[in-house]
Amino acid sequence: MSEWNLLTLVGADRPGIVSRVTRVICELGCNLGEASMIRLGGNFTIMMMVSGEQPDEALLAALAPVAEEMDLRIHLDPSHGGLHHHLVPNYQVRVVGADRAGIVADVTEILASRGFNILELESDVAGELDRPVYIMSIQGYCGDTLESLDAALAPLRERDVSVDVSPVDVLIG
Amino acid sequence: MAILEILKLPDERLKQVSEPVESFGQDLRDFIADLEETRQAGPAAVGIAAPQVGRFQRIVILDVSTRPKTPNNGYLVLINPEIVHWEGYAMGREGCLSVPDYTGNVIRATQIRLKAHDAEGGLHEYAMEGFEARAAQHEIDHLDGLLFVDRVVSRRTDLYRRKVYKS
Repeated sequence: MSEWNLLTLVGADRPGIVSRVTRVICELGCNLGEASMIRLGGNFTIMMMVSGEQPDEALLAALAPVAEEMDLRIHLDPSHGGLHHHLVPNYQVRVVGADRAGIVADVTEILASRGFNILELESDVAGELDRPVYIMSIQGYCGDTLESLDAALAPLRERDVSVDVSPVDVLIG
Repeated sequence: MAILEILKLPDERLKQVSEPVESFGQDLRDFIADLEETRQAGPAAVGIAAPQVGRFQRIVILDVSTRPKTPNNGYLVLINPEIVHWEGYAMGREGCLSVPDYTGNVIRATQIRLKAHDAEGGLHEYAMEGFEARAAQHEIDHLDGLLFVDRVVSRRTDLYRRKVYKS
């Protein structure tokens, strides 16, 4: 039994998923840590840290009725809590381009080659049905200067992808 | 001189609305010296407000002058500050001495004008932009019992400057 678990739930989006799932977890005496919950392509997806007061089997057994009723798929991974160790991004990268294969790989390969650590990546497909536009926002940490990061990404601009790097200035007050 | 204790979330006192300063005496200047020492002792804060150390008076210290390429008015003591003009808005990431280990995105006006007294009671008007304007709004919020966590917007809400997309 580990200190924390990473619980993943995915199912067709409908109202009430979060409240039902979190009530079950609460009644088991487990705590929630960091969580990401978002609608993706008609599914509702939940990834959250759940404290390990209960054995994995007990957690899964308690969630089974809700999962069955709401048609959710469940996955549980043991995990270190790692709470209270937030990494703060120093760069924001925004990418907008006509939707085409490989756009994410192209951008992130360049970032990885500069040692850029992605802390958060969100992307959406927008635009008209027949002319989709891919929009991606990345926040992360990189030891490189803004100029060298920008220069590394420059080749993408020749391929009709708009890439914008800007510093994330964190104000402490 | 002393380093004062910083109140931290979820301390209810951080929600208290602070009172205007009415006497500009030595006691006020001594407190400002302690407040500045406390700001300097922490993790690179560009501002601090009196209620963060449990003194519920409308006193703010602001100093973004040490940051590169940041327009600023220098080291400022703002007593009874009042924002008299707002313009533009932008999202930016903020953290706070009173909220350890959390940063979040907050929308703030990009240009402000504010009136405030100095430690001797003299009245000044300042024009601020960008980072300094953001810092002033963050600190003045403390005087009204607000923390940046009360204003955090979704990280997905992209209100950063946008580029025109060439199709």
